[in-house]
Amino acid sequence: MNIQNDNAATPHIAPPTSESDLNCGCGHDHLAPLPSGEPLIHAENLTIKFGGKTAIQDVSLTVHKNEIVTLIGPNGAGKSTLLRALLQALKPTQGEVWRKHGLVIGYVPQRLNIDPIMPMTVERFLSIPDKRPLPEREAALKDVGAHHTLKQAVQSLSGGEFQRVLLARAILRKPDLLVLDEPVQGVDFQGQTELYKLISRLKEQVGFGILMVSHDLHIVMAETDRVICINGHVCCSGAPTQVSDSPEYLALFGGQTKPGLAVYHHLHDHSHDCEHDHSPPTSSET
Amino acid sequence: MILEDFFLRALVAGIGVALISGPLGCFVVWRRMAYFGDTLAHSALLGVALGLLLGFNLTVGIIGTAIVIALTVTLFQHQKKIASDTLLGIMAHSSLAISLVVLGLLQGYRVDLLSYLFGDVLAVNYEDIYWIYGGGAVALALLAYIWKDLLALTLHEELARAEGINVTLIQTLFMITVAIVIAIAMKVVGVLLITSLLIIPAAAARRFAKTPEQMAIIASLIGSLSIILGLFGSLEWDTPSGPSIVVAEVILFLGGLIFGGLFLSRKTHSP
Repeated sequence: MNIQNDNAATPHIAPPTSESDLNCGCGHDHLAPLPSGEPLIHAENLTIKFGGKTAIQDVSLTVHKNEIVTLIGPNGAGKSTLLRALLQALKPTQGEVWRKHGLVIGYVPQRLNIDPIMPMTVERFLSIPDKRPLPEREAALKDVGAHHTLKQAVQSLSGGEFQRVLLARAILRKPDLLVLDEPVQGVDFQGQTELYKLISRLKEQVGFGILMVSHDLHIVMAETDRVICINGHVCCSGAPTQVSDSPEYLALFGGQTKPGLAVYHHLHDHSHDCEHDHSPPTSSET
Repeated sequence: MILEDFFLRALVAGIGVALISGPLGCFVVWRRMAYFGDTLAHSALLGVALGLLLGFNLTVGIIGTAIVIALTVTLFQHQKKIASDTLLGIMAHSSLAISLVVLGLLQGYRVDLLSYLFGDVLAVNYEDIYWIYGGGAVALALLAYIWKDLLALTLHEELARAEGINVTLIQTLFMITVAIVIAIAMKVVGVLLITSLLIIPAAAARRFAKTPEQMAIIASLIGSLSIILGLFGSLEWDTPSGPSIVVAEVILFLGGLIFGGLFLSRKTHSP
């Protein structure tokens, strides 16, 4: 996204300078406020094909320190594919992913089922993969409001409790970048609001960058600095607060807002007078 | 009772195998690789056949063959045309059949097939014991080295990858560890029963453990106890040693189930 203040060390590929990915020719300003932190991870013109089928086409994005970026898009839009490429679990067909040197990632996966055959307490789980001192683990659990689960078996936790534990584990790594894949899945509405507040508070405390994935009709935190809508390509992007005044807002954000949250409706046939095609490419998202 | 030398050697060899197969068996159970272990065990007989045919050390032959088969299976598992259990079945039985054919063709060798298939721990010599403890120490060191990363990727492979763990390297080292342990365990229970030595103590240990590390240690203890009970049973009733050890494991496993059901509350399950 728009990085005029780029001063990052430059390994093999160019650190982010392009703002073309923001500009979808819609006439109005999609630009979020300039991010103040250094860039952490940057994808440049990523194209990923699976056996001839294009999952994502020419996608660029950057996440900076102290910034929350939310990826949003309907099922099959290529969100997971993009995320896997960013996490280097998948090699892009074209384009490159640049990471800050020595970038530490804390990852909260969409689903993590621990088979009952593996004995695992929360206390032990927080030390995966690397051992953390017990006081640190307890503090992290307190931070996420799940201190009472310390001695419990992870298999006995509720969905919301386990999400908090996953978050605590990721934070214990002292990450530069926190990657959250559908972090509130399986959590009730009240719990979702709390979790989002928690994520936002932790960001203020620790100062990492956050890349979050959300699916269609999902609640996006108001604290998100930028929402990037993916539908095979970067469909649109911008700050939730900025676009809220524009006529596009109704199309983008469906009108209904609750304090602290914005409800985002992705309308497949929305029009923002762009030149390009908004239909998804033939995708085979995992 | 005065124990004969051969019996002491059997005990020492058996316990050596049980100590390493406990923690390794836990991973076989956690990663749902029981059938994979079986396939490698069957392929170990191919190592024996090739070793006799080409005249190199049998233990080296077994370890080598098991590693090659392990890596081949791992490579093939990435393709989607044949389901992985079908693939394992083909590998297991073809290597078993091929090795039996090769052994049959080897005129002049008096190969004691039964001892390879079901083990002959009462016949282990000092060289075998060196192999078991040397190989076991290498396997244990390897496993300790990859433990935390292997645990992370067993829980969630993508998470491990995202957080910077070299998944391919760890998986390969794990395969090598399994191959070594199969080669040394073969001396105790034979190719057809090796998997039981890996999975039964681990499964029995589950109820008594709260963490993966506890489960690994308890599995080693249960395995060692099975060796002792099985060998004494085999001595007492003149039964074949390998199968007697497995029967002792099963008895401990069932005992654990009953004891666990009666005295330990089940606090896990249903997320």
